[in-house]
Amino acid sequence: MSDIAASAGWWTRLANPSRFLALSNRLGPWLAGGTVLTLAVGLYLGFQAPEDYQQGSTVRIMFIHVPAAWLAMMCYTVMALSAIGSLVWRHPLADVSVRAAAPIGAVFTALALITGSLWGKPMWGTWWVWDARLTSFFVLFLMYLGLIALHRALDDPARSGRLSAILVLVGFINIPIIKFSVDWWNTLHQPASVLRVDGPTIHPSLLVPLLVMAIAFTLLFFTLHLVAMRNEILRRRVQVLRRNAARQIGESR
Amino acid sequence: MSHATYVALSYGAALLLVGGLVLAIWRDGRARRAEIAALEAQGIRRRSAGRNEGMGA
Repeated sequence: MSDIAASAGWWTRLANPSRFLALSNRLGPWLAGGTVLTLAVGLYLGFQAPEDYQQGSTVRIMFIHVPAAWLAMMCYTVMALSAIGSLVWRHPLADVSVRAAAPIGAVFTALALITGSLWGKPMWGTWWVWDARLTSFFVLFLMYLGLIALHRALDDPARSGRLSAILVLVGFINIPIIKFSVDWWNTLHQPASVLRVDGPTIHPSLLVPLLVMAIAFTLLFFTLHLVAMRNEILRRRVQVLRRNAARQIGESR
Repeated sequence: MSHATYVALSYGAALLLVGGLVLAIWRDGRARRAEIAALEAQGIRRRSAGRNEGMGA
């Protein structure tokens, strides 16, 4: 019981943006350092890995395509959890988290789509097909763009926060569709080869660099998300300061 | 195109997109801090600024 109370107290204290800024100041350099280190190790292992017997050197595209695709979906999941935090508990940082994550998710999704296309041309003989996996992933990209447009269209953070939280939760239906599209439909995209019930089907010489790159991309996401959340808090402070300035001018007249 | 070209284009795209994102976020933070500094230099402060100074805000 005391553990639950302590956990709730920590969560409540974090709701104070000033405390969050202080915490992110301490955490940021460690996350950035971890990202650079794991990215360097991942790239080294990736370029030392043997070529695939069928795909040749194009298998190295996997080391950025797969982590980017995972992160694109993880970012949306983080946004969905934040949206619940925003709608249910009205946590002040939940909406900040949604706003900060959307552009990062859009970039990771674009990267997965571009590298997938560059991998598809030599392996499948085509840049693009409208199969279930590729189409549902493209829909994810459009959803990110829609959320960014919504955030920019409305000046009032409270109003746009509620709208975007609802939109994020409705759009979350696409995440399991992306994940299971290769099982539910006949697609050109290969089925899952890492996260499988019977274990990965990739040789360890390729699996290890892939997992290290996945850790690096995850750390990169959390580093960027933390800094983007700081920026969003500062943006809202600027708005408050401008309102205060307008009020002071009004009172002095 | 050779396989090496597809690999190089993929890593180039990753560098461009991730590098661009890092740069955009860094520039955004710098611009917001400059805005706050400019407003505070004019004597405009948040009402809770005094209370938050001890928390590193």
